[in-house]
Amino acid sequence: MTDIRTVGVAGAGTMGAGIAIVAARAGFATRVYDTRQAALDNARAQTEGFLRKSVERGKLKAEQFERAMANWQGTTRLEDLADCDIVIEAVFEDLGVKHGLFAQLDKICASQTIFASNTSTISITEIAGGSGRVDRFVGMHFCLPAQLMKLVEMSPGLNTSDETWRRAWAFCEALGQQPVRTQDTPGFILNYFLIPYNNDAIRLVEQGVAEPAEIDKAIKTALGYPMGPLELLDLVGMDTQRLLCDAMYGLTHELRASCPPLVKRMIAAGHLGKKTGRGFHRYGDSKMFGA
Amino acid sequence: MSTYRIRRAGESRSFPVAHPFLDLATTDGAGIVLVGKEAGAAYGALMAVDDAAFVAIELGVECLGVHAGEAADERRNNVVGFARFRLGSAEPSRLVELVRQPWTREEAVAAARAAFEAADLVVAVCNDFPGRIVDRLVRPYYNAVLRRHDEKLASAEEIDKTLCLGLGYPEGPLALLERTGLAAHYEVTQALYLSLGDAAYAPARRAQIAHQRAMAG
Repeated sequence: MTDIRTVGVAGAGTMGAGIAIVAARAGFATRVYDTRQAALDNARAQTEGFLRKSVERGKLKAEQFERAMANWQGTTRLEDLADCDIVIEAVFEDLGVKHGLFAQLDKICASQTIFASNTSTISITEIAGGSGRVDRFVGMHFCLPAQLMKLVEMSPGLNTSDETWRRAWAFCEALGQQPVRTQDTPGFILNYFLIPYNNDAIRLVEQGVAEPAEIDKAIKTALGYPMGPLELLDLVGMDTQRLLCDAMYGLTHELRASCPPLVKRMIAAGHLGKKTGRGFHRYGDSKMFGA
Repeated sequence: MSTYRIRRAGESRSFPVAHPFLDLATTDGAGIVLVGKEAGAAYGALMAVDDAAFVAIELGVECLGVHAGEAADERRNNVVGFARFRLGSAEPSRLVELVRQPWTREEAVAAARAAFEAADLVVAVCNDFPGRIVDRLVRPYYNAVLRRHDEKLASAEEIDKTLCLGLGYPEGPLALLERTGLAAHYEVTQALYLSLGDAAYAPARRAQIAHQRAMAG
């Protein structure tokens, strides 16, 4: 059982929007914060489209759709997260940005409010260090696309209290997700392996080993993976991959984690992935995954 | 319809048992498919291959150039390499990695592709590099998983569960390597390490142990 009723999600990008769908769909009052109204509008439209498709496909009842949409509230005012029992941060992978956000939230939210970070590369203990509440801080790394993927890598920081850990774990289960406990080490489990693997796929393209479509087809057919690495990168976005690489390489100094030059060229060309209609593949729209 | 004749040259990792691709071959097919671990040597013994629609040589871990040559006077524009991807002791997958050289004609690639696809195989075309596509990508990843498991990042079950749930993999890498053979992983990744000189391909400790035990009988 969880004692959490109201969930704050800070950041309405791809990850934040997905986490907010999970929370609203699970019945939690969900406040989505972003400084950009356009990002909130886009997240809401994508949420509605995703949940409608869920109803069409029989994954969700019509009344659940109405309830989830009623649960979802967007705001550009951080103060509107004051009554949240937990706030999940999903902003840029930048320690300074995260510290700035949590420092503000610490003044706004009640003392018992748990702070969680969806970071995939930065140390939970380090982020917690700038939050003002090191004992009420956990890592909750959702997977892309959060509204479809059940895994949440949960990491305690060095100062996370047992009570906070228990509450956060129970909340994660109440979301309908499957938490896995990981160490607070760079990339946890998933990204520690995935970021270099994706970079290796990019380097195959750089070196002319094969075309992106052939690489994706080979991996899916040989190993039964649902997506090829370059399809996945198009979903993640080249800008995000670069940030992930810089964060991971900065921490581990492992060569496979360093950002391939092609990523930087694609960013310069505006080929960020699905969200710009072109990455390693071309796309007709920028819609999120279906139900 | 792409027709082909088959020449067997030893035991094949791609077609170890009966398969529609073998059944669809004819004695007077326009292409030539050399099947088996001695396929490269069989290619060397072939006379008058220039008239064939394509010549496909089964590959192991080696590059096509080892058999087909790369020097200007060796180049044939109708020769391709192929291998069905197979992890250790697992059955061959549906994937055929079709290897071309810079001077290979599109018509030869298309004819070879059509021949494999007619037997319900999936073809991915790549250039002639060590490890082709799949081994080149997965071996460093498998080495990293084995190494981090050794270093107590998490239990084998947690690592596999995370990667299955997070990425939709049908089976975790550690269970997969256990099932298909760590010694087999050693053989492939060691060959790539020698070819590429990249430490990421150096066999992980557990693969080395499995290899040494296999060698000791």
